[in-house]
Amino acid sequence: MKYTLNVNGQSRTVDVAPDTPVLWVLRDNLELVGTKFGCGIGQCGACTIHLNGVPARACMTPVSTVGRMKITTIEGLAADAKKLHPVQQAWCELDVAQCGYCQSGQIMTAAALLKDNPKPTDDDIDGAMAGNLCRCATYTRIRTGIKRASELAAGGKEAAQ
Amino acid sequence: MSTSTLSAPVNRRDFLKLSGLAGGGLALAFYIRSGGDAAAQSAPTDFSPNAFIRISPAGVVTIVSKQPEMGQGVKTSLPMIIAEQLEVPWKDVVIEQGDFDTKKYGNQSAGGSQSTPSNYDNFHLLGATARTMLVEAAAQTWGVPAAECRAENATVLHKSGKSLKYGQLAAKAAALPVPAKEQVKLKPESEFKLLGKRIPQVDSVKIATGAPLFGIDMKLPGMVYAMYEKCPAFGGKVVSANLDQIKTLPGIKDAFVLEGGGGVKGLVPGVAIVADSTWAAISARKQLKVVWDEGSVVDQSWDKFVATARADAGKPGKTQLRKDGDPDTALKSAAKVVEAEYVYPFISHANLEPQNTTAHWKDGMLTVWTPAQIPNLAVGLITRVLGIPAEKIKMHLTRAGGGFGRRISADYVVETCAIAQKVGVPVKLTWSREDDLRHDHYRPGGLHFLKGGVDASGKVVAWKNHFFTFGEGGSPGSGGSLHKDELPARIVPNFQSEQTMFATGWPMGPWRAPGSCVFGWVFNSFIDELAHAAGREPASVHLELLGTGKSLPGGQGGRAYDLERFRNVVKFTLEKAGWGKKKYAKGQGAGLGYYFSHRGYFAQVAEVTVSKEGELKVDRVVCGYDIGSQVVNLSGAENQIEGSIVDGLGVLMTQELNIERGRVVQGNFNDYPLIRINQSPTKIECHQLKTANPTTGMGEPAIPPIAGAVCNAIFAAAGKRVRQMPLTRVDLRWA
Repeated sequence: MKYTLNVNGQSRTVDVAPDTPVLWVLRDNLELVGTKFGCGIGQCGACTIHLNGVPARACMTPVSTVGRMKITTIEGLAADAKKLHPVQQAWCELDVAQCGYCQSGQIMTAAALLKDNPKPTDDDIDGAMAGNLCRCATYTRIRTGIKRASELAAGGKEAAQ
Repeated sequence: MSTSTLSAPVNRRDFLKLSGLAGGGLALAFYIRSGGDAAAQSAPTDFSPNAFIRISPAGVVTIVSKQPEMGQGVKTSLPMIIAEQLEVPWKDVVIEQGDFDTKKYGNQSAGGSQSTPSNYDNFHLLGATARTMLVEAAAQTWGVPAAECRAENATVLHKSGKSLKYGQLAAKAAALPVPAKEQVKLKPESEFKLLGKRIPQVDSVKIATGAPLFGIDMKLPGMVYAMYEKCPAFGGKVVSANLDQIKTLPGIKDAFVLEGGGGVKGLVPGVAIVADSTWAAISARKQLKVVWDEGSVVDQSWDKFVATARADAGKPGKTQLRKDGDPDTALKSAAKVVEAEYVYPFISHANLEPQNTTAHWKDGMLTVWTPAQIPNLAVGLITRVLGIPAEKIKMHLTRAGGGFGRRISADYVVETCAIAQKVGVPVKLTWSREDDLRHDHYRPGGLHFLKGGVDASGKVVAWKNHFFTFGEGGSPGSGGSLHKDELPARIVPNFQSEQTMFATGWPMGPWRAPGSCVFGWVFNSFIDELAHAAGREPASVHLELLGTGKSLPGGQGGRAYDLERFRNVVKFTLEKAGWGKKKYAKGQGAGLGYYFSHRGYFAQVAEVTVSKEGELKVDRVVCGYDIGSQVVNLSGAENQIEGSIVDGLGVLMTQELNIERGRVVQGNFNDYPLIRINQSPTKIECHQLKTANPTTGMGEPAIPPIAGAVCNAIFAAAGKRVRQMPLTRVDLRWA
């Protein structure tokens, strides 16, 4: 079946089986491999994308259900392609990642959290991020990273590199 | 994605192997150009005094990272050492991942927290050698003595004020002979500008923007996608499969049986499905019907072994590891005796990036892209099982989405290569999460039956342990051997440790800090029990059992215990934590854990809250560490400590695999939960205790102390002694 998808603001047409999860369409057909496969059952959050701005599990979303919804992936998160999103910026500045495999999912969930709640508390962060596993267990830095991203989004000064 | 994204090519030169350059009694290899460099890929005017450094006339400084990167930060930290000695600004350095090529780079294995200690001295020398040659090139250009020149900021400066940039000197330096190490002056620690700073890892932007980096991200022109079904029971074989039906399914290119070879950790027999997309392979697999010969391990279950261990605990162990004094008599005359059974289950590595490899078999050459931790073992396995000689294998190292010891094994690599031999086009094998949990090489579980005695003065005078462990065939699995010198051996006067192994057909492998990751918990906890039985302040008993001498030979992993460093790091950590100075409400408390592993001395104090309903919250963990005089990258080092603490806590809290009828019951993160952010400690503090010792690795030694620290804190808070992992099996409610 042919599907025309709105991915990161671009119209992309793919020919895949209707039950193909968006995860595999992104990874195998569209070569957007930032969205990761971790469990295939919506438990780990490594495949988190935004559908119309709301976090969704790409591994549990059949392509046939997407329609005209806007798909945003980690590759398209930054509004300006030349500048990182505040969450991405904070992640780099604070060196949040270890292996980094889960981090695009973490960043997508964190970006959605900050959109709804620009100044989250630790409890807000724990609540919003509990669906994203990090096997390297960088959770303390994820908390700090989200707070730093909140500062950056509010016009906080960037750290000198 | 082009292949160069994952594994950029490096210039090929002819290198002369020099050895014996490193100190510490290690025979480390060091490779330096011999002169003939006609095959160089880089421009002839590049300055490339060794396989790791390249400076172009335009001034671009490229440093090659030879080690596999799996999140331990080595792609950043080892090049930092070169950059420090080379005197180049870090922000201007380009880091390339080296391919697997031990002739060029020497050892390329990532495991055992060895990357730092086994390369530290050499990498200083590599950078300093290049700097010395650049200074010499400038001195010759100016006709002045090299002693009047110094290097700074990728520039050589003369005392007169003249200066030349490294790029301007590249061609001239390239023509100079490489100096002997005696002629190379190393920059001393006191002048370091980069080492010890917090440096974000070199791939942080790629990670944050989702750029292709990992093995699973590979894509090659004409590539096909494979999945591989193995027998749920370990050691099982394929009898038949509905291959004809599978081949008719949409997108399926081929389906075939692999007979396997090389044992339970080699090429495991199974059915390969090759498709034009990952989803087509996953979908077809749901229709796959295999008749298995499940083999002989189907009568082996964890519960049965545990029952046997409990029945045999009082009998003599199969192997007596050590016996000092007369433990039985000492126990009879002890003022207080404590008996305890400690038990921990098998667990999985659960790398978040499922096992995968991409391979292409063409014209008798095998090209492999893999997130292997020890590529040399992968090549060895391919040669042994598939008969392809090492010189016909080209291996590119991709970033690994977590290692933890799992990717030391190369079963998934050889599976891919066997499939590649059949299909003849590039093929990527991806494991499902279920494949990963059910076909891991597991951390063995174990049971310790302990008896300890304290005398009337509260001193520990007797210690007996009957340890039950698990092995494949004749020897215990990785981390399943208790060392005869494991503390408090040689400090407690009447001491006995015995080991009994259950022979299984279950695959086991190294799991982050093998052995140490559980022995730390058991012994830190049991000493705490003895302290409480004696009515003593626990930290004083722990310190007493670290002895009074300077060192004990033949300690953990064959490395001597430096008892002085050990005691000092414990005292340092207690002080940083404010031990004994705080008053805790009922339900709150602090506990101490400490361990020596992978050459690092680590101690941790955990503060916890246990609610009346039995819910645990770790409020604060203070970690003191002695890894020698110089941390390489403070950000990476602390990230390893923080991650290890949370990882070790996760193992304690949630992780458990049941093995029934020779197979793993759990299949995914719904029934094998990993620790999540809301269970993670509120606060972690890291404090370095600098000592005049060689720098050692950070990937593992922060793991062993945490479970003991937390469980000792739970006892202080709620009066509940935890003797079983995971905590999901332990009732922590209190009234």
